[in-house]
Amino acid sequence: MPAVSKGDGMRGLAVFISDIRNCKSKEAEIKRINKELANIRSKFKGDKALDGYSKKKYVCKLLFIFLLGHDIDFGHMEAVNLLSSNKYTEKQIGYLFISVLVNSNSELIRLINNAIKNDLSSRNPTFMCLALHCIANVGSREMAEAFAGEIPRILVAGDTMDSVKQSAALCLLRLYKTSPDLVLMGEWTSRVVHLLNDQHMGVVTAAISLITCLSQKNPDEFKTCVSLAVSRLSRIVSSASTDLQDYTYYFVPAPWLSCKLLRLLQCYPPPEDGAVKGRLVECLETILNKAQEPPKSKKVQHSNAKNAILFEAISLIIHYDSEPNLLVRACNQLGQFLQHRETNLRYLALESMCTLASSEFSHEAVKTHIETVINALKTERDVSVRQRAADLLYAMCDRSNAKQIVAEMLSYLETADYSIREEMVLKVAILAEKYAVDYSWYVDTILNLIRIAGDYVSEEVWYRVIQIVINRDDVQGYAAKTVFEALQAPACHENMVKVGGYILGEFGNLIAGDPRSSPLVQFNLLHSKFHLCSVPTRALLLSAYIKFINLFPETKSTIQEVLRSDSQIRNSDVELQQRAVEYLKLSSIASTDVLATVLEEMPPFPERESSILAKLKKKKGPGAVSVNELEEGKREGELNGGGERGGDNSGIAASNASTPSPSADLLGLRTVPPVTAAAPSAGSLLVDVFSEAGVNDDGFLRDLEPPTESSDSLLAEGSGDSDSAPPSAVSEDPAPPLPESNELLNKFVCKNNGVLFENQLLQIGIKSEYRQNLGRMYLFYGNKTSVQFVTFTTTVTCPGELQSQLNVQTKTVEPLIEGGAQVQQVINIECLTDFLDAPLLNIKFRYGGALQNLTLKLPVTINKFFQPTEMASHDFFQRWKQLSQPQQEAQKIFKANHAMDTEVLKAKLLGLGMALLENVDPNPENFVCAGVIQTKAQQVGSLLRLEPNAQAQMYRLTLRSSKDTVSQRLCELLAEQF
Amino acid sequence: MKGHDSSDLARERDASVHVTGLLTSAFTAISHKAHARGNECNINFKMQFMLLFSRQGKLRLQKWYVPLSDVQKKKISREVIQMVLARKPKMCSFLEWRDLKIVYKRYASLYFCCAVEDQENELITLEIIHRYVELLDKYFGSVCELDIIFNFEKAYYILDEFILGGEAQETSKKNVLKAIEQADMLQEEAETPRSVLEEIGLT
Repeated sequence: MPAVSKGDGMRGLAVFISDIRNCKSKEAEIKRINKELANIRSKFKGDKALDGYSKKKYVCKLLFIFLLGHDIDFGHMEAVNLLSSNKYTEKQIGYLFISVLVNSNSELIRLINNAIKNDLSSRNPTFMCLALHCIANVGSREMAEAFAGEIPRILVAGDTMDSVKQSAALCLLRLYKTSPDLVLMGEWTSRVVHLLNDQHMGVVTAAISLITCLSQKNPDEFKTCVSLAVSRLSRIVSSASTDLQDYTYYFVPAPWLSCKLLRLLQCYPPPEDGAVKGRLVECLETILNKAQEPPKSKKVQHSNAKNAILFEAISLIIHYDSEPNLLVRACNQLGQFLQHRETNLRYLALESMCTLASSEFSHEAVKTHIETVINALKTERDVSVRQRAADLLYAMCDRSNAKQIVAEMLSYLETADYSIREEMVLKVAILAEKYAVDYSWYVDTILNLIRIAGDYVSEEVWYRVIQIVINRDDVQGYAAKTVFEALQAPACHENMVKVGGYILGEFGNLIAGDPRSSPLVQFNLLHSKFHLCSVPTRALLLSAYIKFINLFPETKSTIQEVLRSDSQIRNSDVELQQRAVEYLKLSSIASTDVLATVLEEMPPFPERESSILAKLKKKKGPGAVSVNELEEGKREGELNGGGERGGDNSGIAASNASTPSPSADLLGLRTVPPVTAAAPSAGSLLVDVFSEAGVNDDGFLRDLEPPTESSDSLLAEGSGDSDSAPPSAVSEDPAPPLPESNELLNKFVCKNNGVLFENQLLQIGIKSEYRQNLGRMYLFYGNKTSVQFVTFTTTVTCPGELQSQLNVQTKTVEPLIEGGAQVQQVINIECLTDFLDAPLLNIKFRYGGALQNLTLKLPVTINKFFQPTEMASHDFFQRWKQLSQPQQEAQKIFKANHAMDTEVLKAKLLGLGMALLENVDPNPENFVCAGVIQTKAQQVGSLLRLEPNAQAQMYRLTLRSSKDTVSQRLCELLAEQF
Repeated sequence: MKGHDSSDLARERDASVHVTGLLTSAFTAISHKAHARGNECNINFKMQFMLLFSRQGKLRLQKWYVPLSDVQKKKISREVIQMVLARKPKMCSFLEWRDLKIVYKRYASLYFCCAVEDQENELITLEIIHRYVELLDKYFGSVCELDIIFNFEKAYYILDEFILGGEAQETSKKNVLKAIEQADMLQEEAETPRSVLEEIGLT
């Protein structure tokens, strides 16, 4: 039994706890508890009214039993009764029970709320605090409804005791977190902000948490807190360690309050007022200086408290990202910590440096620590520290050190903890791709990756290496040679077999001249792995074999024999069996020319965001990879071949890459965009091979004939529909939007007139004008053929949310268009509120009996409703700063797609609909624009800044709007324009 | 003290399975991963919970600052206790767990462990733990695990005076203890003396 038992001793409780502790087994404990529960239950139900003390004791025992992990289903009522006791200890136990075992029973909540109400109005500070603690602990919506109005009053009332104020502030914070809609600061705002000036440090400490949270949500209303926070901080930082008496912690003045002040300042941009800013910079410098002073105490608490403030100050410096001097000093300080004997400090220094690495001012300074970080990766005994080191290496990586970092990460992978291997693999793959200067290095790196950590190499990684090899012809021979060598290893990972199979199937011919890697040697090598592989890999290998037959006719008989064997042609797996049958047939029926066409080398993959990056992003959450990095990765990568292609194509390809069906990803059949001119006609043939071959050999052969006029209608029809299908088979449902419709949409972001669409049959011209939130669009449908179009109908639909955002009215159009004629259609558009998608225009008509069905996006984009706004430089920057919340800003950094000609840029920006402001940006190279988007519901002010970098051929585009979705959308639209 | 303590509390409390998915979603809802620069505008619960447990994994005190069901709480405590107990002495005091940070420190036989939001300052959290230990120590006079077991309600009261809703309310040791002592005074005044017999009688 403990010697100290202050206040009331509840002897019965102590005895019970001792009993439990003396139980020799779990069973004995349960037995003892059940006995006690039965006893308490009978007491509560008994005829004899219990006095307050007994009630308190039993409630406390129930609480103890609950905390042991047992369920408690009674006693709540008795606990609520205790709340209204006028004895403090009974009340206290009652509140504790409620706080720990809160029940959503609304009946009870009402009773609890009544008791709380009484205590709040008791004017007894101890009771008031108890009641406030209970609200803060439970924080339910019902409590917010009952007390959210009352607590701000208590908080700011002049006669409230300090301790009550403290509890009220945090109680209100808790209610705000659960029910922000119920906590209305309104008239109290300024008095709450001024609590930062309170004489009582405890009140400031509690109130600042509330103010920080409220500032995050309503930065404008609370912005006066910045200067108050700076002056408070300055007073603390410059005070001697004894000045703050009990708020000094191990010679550090008010560490908790200092950290909270620095955190509050991170809700805002740097102070505009020069004097305030100067004072703040002084504080930050003092904090950095103090870190260099000898410690005032050897206790770890002293250094922890001091460094807690230092790290918070560094966070603020990084947040501002505008003081190069401070950033570099911060970096040097962290560099010292990297070799500190305290593991905690090393961990935090690595973590903090990660964010410093992304600032242009300190990136170089961070890089100087590379050796220390690599060393940490090798020698740290704690995996969480090693993980931080790996993160930092990833963050500090750039072209200059990529090879070194990738090599170190690869060698670390050999011994890395299983928990972080997959992430490491992704990071290595991304760095290798992002900073590849020569592709042989890239291929080596990825193959090493597969060799070292094959199990952790996800599909995205090996898909990616294949895409890149296919898109870069300068690396194909090297890739074939390297995979061939890698496959020599007696035990190689299945992922290696996949990459090997695919690459040799495509490019094995490039190394076939060497007798050591003659076609037959290649085949035997691949086939020696066949039996050890899973079904999808075997399927891939079968495709490689048929490609071999095309590449090397001399392997034909060997391969046919393999395909003909029972283990292939009668394989129990239907996919393998089908492939074996089809490939065997294909190899024996088709002529060499046909084979060569069907099994042509894969066309380049469309450019798209690296799927690996997307995966890492998903894995680490949005915070892990910044938008800039993503963009940079995409542009700097430059590994993808294909030129400009529509976003939709890549969508198709991306969805395909993850299809489990091997037939889809192996030959990449459906990744061949059916419309793009670059796609060879073999693309559509291959589709037919798979949809018809094996079912109908005749049809299959017929489909191998050179394409006829059917290729015309491919535009209008889905790629899967073969020309042999009768016209009536074409669906009457509106076709999905054309893959290139996004590109077509982008063409009209900065202009209002032009040709929207054209194919062999039809041309659609467009003319449009916009005023305020209204628009009128004229569409001209031209029949390019000499035959009439019949049952010509058009429908405009607003999919999904758009329905409530745009009001679109169309006049019906003539159902008949003579050959060579043109008809006109008027569309009226009203913008109700801001929107993202474009309306869809579906056009159906019959041409020579065949139904034509196509869907386009109408080029109605949010910027069409811009009203230009002229303003002076000063006004512009003022408004720019007002829109400083992170979600109000959208930014993209991207590579120029067109020549960076100033006049063209100006014309485009004017076409956008905003006012192009001259002499605003200090840098004459930059463009700034302002405008107001007019919608029926509201007006959305938007500011734009475009910073071209002619040297790097890059742009940085920044948009700020009073509405976050608008900034995002404008940024997306515009990034495609330059 | 012997015998029972060694049994794995976590296992004893195994009341539930298959809640992982549920938990994960609960947690993403609570603390949405913040922007890398700490610019987060979501409302975050800074400290989400505090656990005190013994070297044998016995939970001695649990304080939750986020609304979670009992099943979730049990699952989380089990997971966190297991993870922290597996750490070796010289390792760092911070752990990433789900999208939270676990900050822990061992004092004699007891582990003190806080889960804070990802952007929170780790070192200051470590000192929150230390200040709480100091408060307990001062109040009980050289505190030991037994004090917390037998006077668990006091441990809760002290914690409530120090931290409220997951935020430091009063960091002055003197002020916290003054508040607790005042409450003790109140109850001593209010208590009517009881005979020992009555105490033991029908507990």
